[in-house]
Amino acid sequence: MSDDGAIVVVDVGVGNLRSVERALRAALVAEGRPAEMVQCTNDPGAMREAAALVMPGQGAFGDCATALHRHGGEIAQAVREHLAADRPYLGICLGLQVLFESSEEAGGARGLGIFPGAVQRFRDGMTDAAGARLKVPHVGWNQVLPRDEAQGVWLGRTHWYYFVHSYYVLPEDSARGCIAGETEHGERFVSAVARGRLWAVQFHPEKSQAAGLGLLRAFVRGVP
Amino acid sequence: MAVARRLIPCLDVKNGRVVKGVRFVGLRDAGDPVDCARAYDRAGADEITFLDITASHEARDILLDVVARTADEVFVPLTVGGGIRTREDVDAILRAGADKVSVNSSAVTNPGLIEAVAGAYGRQALVVAIDARRRDTEDPSAGWRVFTHGGRVDTGRDALEWAREVDRLGAGEILLTSMDRDGTGLGYDLDLVRAVVESVGCPVIASGGVGTLEHLARGVMSIAEGGGGADAALAATIFHDGLFTLGQARGYLRSRGIVVRDDTTLETP
Repeated sequence: MSDDGAIVVVDVGVGNLRSVERALRAALVAEGRPAEMVQCTNDPGAMREAAALVMPGQGAFGDCATALHRHGGEIAQAVREHLAADRPYLGICLGLQVLFESSEEAGGARGLGIFPGAVQRFRDGMTDAAGARLKVPHVGWNQVLPRDEAQGVWLGRTHWYYFVHSYYVLPEDSARGCIAGETEHGERFVSAVARGRLWAVQFHPEKSQAAGLGLLRAFVRGVP
Repeated sequence: MAVARRLIPCLDVKNGRVVKGVRFVGLRDAGDPVDCARAYDRAGADEITFLDITASHEARDILLDVVARTADEVFVPLTVGGGIRTREDVDAILRAGADKVSVNSSAVTNPGLIEAVAGAYGRQALVVAIDARRRDTEDPSAGWRVFTHGGRVDTGRDALEWAREVDRLGAGEILLTSMDRDGTGLGYDLDLVRAVVESVGCPVIASGGVGTLEHLARGVMSIAEGGGGADAALAATIFHDGLFTLGQARGYLRSRGIVVRDDTTLETP
């Protein structure tokens, strides 16, 4: 074992973790850190011990939220404690959405409620400036506009990332301070949130080529 | 600010080898799909697609190995299509590391597969490929028919109706290939692209017939400006033959006023 702590990729059985794991390893190697720091697990004990948590996830909010609360909610509890201690957290796609309270996608399923607000779907029938119909899901490379200089440091200077989603987070007014970056697809939506060492993004850094690796490198630099 | 139009090189793979060799400077093995995909990733492809045309279903493990090794080295989305018949095939491809599967014939014979995959993995993991041929080569108003099995089987189905149905059933994207134009270098069938784009709510990837950079541009240019209005442009020969680099293609699209990913994204951080 090295002295470096573990970066635990939370496996709740939704989506392909392999690409996230692979990209984190590449980021670690680029930073001169051991690739073995990355572990994928569904073990709440490993999550409680983790130096950093990465929560990826694609698919349905309900499946992800349900999995977090399974077995007496041990995983949800481990994630909450990790965040309460302000240890590094990176949420990707569903890993952003589950930080909120609920989703239109899943009537009864509860998120972690770290931030007040909900997850909602892009409205059908939106059009762009030229009058062309905007597509749902929102698929492809789009820009993230950092809210301010400080957020621009971790969101990178180029800001083009790969998105693929039909839902986005809508923080309540009281929580708008968490907004780190926004993106436009028919309407302007929240594509990145941050609070302390919690970073969470709607896009996929692991699929965003050099820009994504840059973000992951910035994240692993913050891991003790 | 808007989502960028995507450029997607497509590699035909047979028995684990690229069917038409890719002419890249410095490529170790022009017939190795992993090497080719890595080169396209470095060159700035927005996504990469493999189309497996291996006849034998028994050779599936070779493809899965290629997908796994590619996924280890490529940091843009990877779509894999061809020969995917069952839910088990889908599971294996995604488990190997593909981000999306593309289904074609099996979706026509078993539309339930679309719902099953979209339900299990989310729409974003599922591309439905539609191969369409004009009913009347001279008259687009006569419509298009859907073909399957690599263009050998005429389903008799109307392409626009089928596109609407797969959109409703849960396709995340439609990969739309014109059988009339595929391999001709004459450009996309823009009438077909427009008709499908106007029929569905999900993104559409135009395919079949690209011979010039203007063809790529026309595919993704807005319908109001005389383009096809597609969200992405897929091409094979134009990139494989080394006629144009992805950088040149992106630069050309930008010069035509099309939103593309910024090249600076490709700088090493």
